[in-house]
Amino acid sequence: MALLERDLAGLDQLDLPVPTKPSFRARLWSSAWPKLLAIAITLLVWQIVVWSGWRREDLLPPPGPVFSNLFHNFADYADAAWTTLQRGVEGFLLSIVIGATIGAGVSRSRILRAAIGSMITGLQTMPSVAWFPLAILLFQLGEGAVFFVVVMGAAPAIANGLITGIDHIQPVLLRAGRVLGAKRWSALRYVILPAALPSFVGGLKQGWAFAWRSLLAAELIATVPGHIALGQQLHNQQELFDSTGMLAVMIVILVVGVAVDAAVFGTLERAVRRRYGLIDEAGG
Amino acid sequence: MTISPDELVLPPVDFDTHPAISLERVSKIHGQAGSAVHALDQVSLDVAPGEFLCLLGASGCGKSTLLNLVAGLDRPTSGRLEVRGGRTALMFQEAALFPWLTVRGNIELALKLRKMTKPHREQTIAALLDMVHLRGFEKKRPHELSGGMRQRVALARALAQQPEILLMDEPFGALDAMTRDLLHEELEKLWSDTGLTVVFVTHNVREAVRLGDRVILLSSRPGRVAAEFGVEIPRPRRIESHEVADLSVHITEQLREEVRRHGTPGT
Repeated sequence: MALLERDLAGLDQLDLPVPTKPSFRARLWSSAWPKLLAIAITLLVWQIVVWSGWRREDLLPPPGPVFSNLFHNFADYADAAWTTLQRGVEGFLLSIVIGATIGAGVSRSRILRAAIGSMITGLQTMPSVAWFPLAILLFQLGEGAVFFVVVMGAAPAIANGLITGIDHIQPVLLRAGRVLGAKRWSALRYVILPAALPSFVGGLKQGWAFAWRSLLAAELIATVPGHIALGQQLHNQQELFDSTGMLAVMIVILVVGVAVDAAVFGTLERAVRRRYGLIDEAGG
Repeated sequence: MTISPDELVLPPVDFDTHPAISLERVSKIHGQAGSAVHALDQVSLDVAPGEFLCLLGASGCGKSTLLNLVAGLDRPTSGRLEVRGGRTALMFQEAALFPWLTVRGNIELALKLRKMTKPHREQTIAALLDMVHLRGFEKKRPHELSGGMRQRVALARALAQQPEILLMDEPFGALDAMTRDLLHEELEKLWSDTGLTVVFVTHNVREAVRLGDRVILLSSRPGRVAAEFGVEIPRPRRIESHEVADLSVHITEQLREEVRRHGTPGT
């Protein structure tokens, strides 16, 4: 029988995929250069539009002064970005709790699904600013209203991610769980939730995009005493006709949103996909 | 408490007169009247403790339905089904491993769900990995393994439930011939070492003859017991041997006849 063992071991070695991974630097460069090129082209187009004289330079300033403004007021912008980011994270965490609870409920209960399942998708099509008048009536013009709008923007996406994830679990995995003796709660904990994780992470990523967008929209309108937030700064600069500062703040908003998406959710998504074998590492 | 691989799977099989599994005129109808499908029709069948039984049939013979009934995943529409032989474990054609868990994690989950304590789990996992010859692969994830290795993990996971009855639903159907051949050998050895009762569903006649003490041919739509063959070929067997081939030819003819009936109008 040692023969059988050796045959199996030999076959196992032959069958194992041989992963070929490009070096870290090669991967970094191959993902970086298209982005750098895109940025360069954008700046060039911007500069050309300014040169064309389509609008006066005090209304549409060229990239140079905008970046020097960004550089000189960096401390102020960083401070404002920090305030906004803190709110964003708090609102997003609240959205996760609410979204995940609703998502789990809808996917497990037929009645809940029939009642609010399609509404969740409907909510996603609703622009979050549209909630703002109601939010102001309910919470006054302040932090509460901002959170409300953020949650209304992000929670449906998060709930939907979880629902989709649970709906798309391979039936054979659920059967395997049942055969192994997973009951209602143990099945949820050991089979259903882990199986739904990749899609849930997708929902989180989308939820963050919605949260950040809703947050900035809300901050344009709501003023909270104390620290100045990004949206408020943008609003003030518009009132002062400071278009250079306005564009600088817009760049900050874009960069922070993209950075969080890439650093947090991009990394998370890649880690999950690799773990679940959803990335073809053999490269073919 | 320590356990060795030998005592892992089974309390000694009780070779009394009671069959491990017994079906008496078991019928199963899927769906409602109008669109009802007769998956199994009055199937009567006994499986002796420690027997290796192969169920053979073309598509639509209710093989999988039968296994689901025995596994307790489904209930018969009528008839009597008795599983005396103890705990059952079920393996599918797909390994159905949990992709987010390692080889080890997949096996461990089966033990966790049986509420086994952690130190006990450690030893059991090691013994199971030895049993399916997968020592050294415990940290791999399912997507990093070949199909045959995945099935062996699934086998270890099924054995982790400490079943007395192992139900296998075309477990090697998707594997290449060489891998299948080795897994036949491994399964045969495991079965003879442990005294498990095995019910093995397949549509591959040679595989059934290679493995089974007895081969039962099921007819299709509705599933009925069409014929039964005792396999007297001494073990260990080889799938390419003359004895296996000769009996396979005979059984294949009957299987073809069963299939042909459905192609003839007015039957």
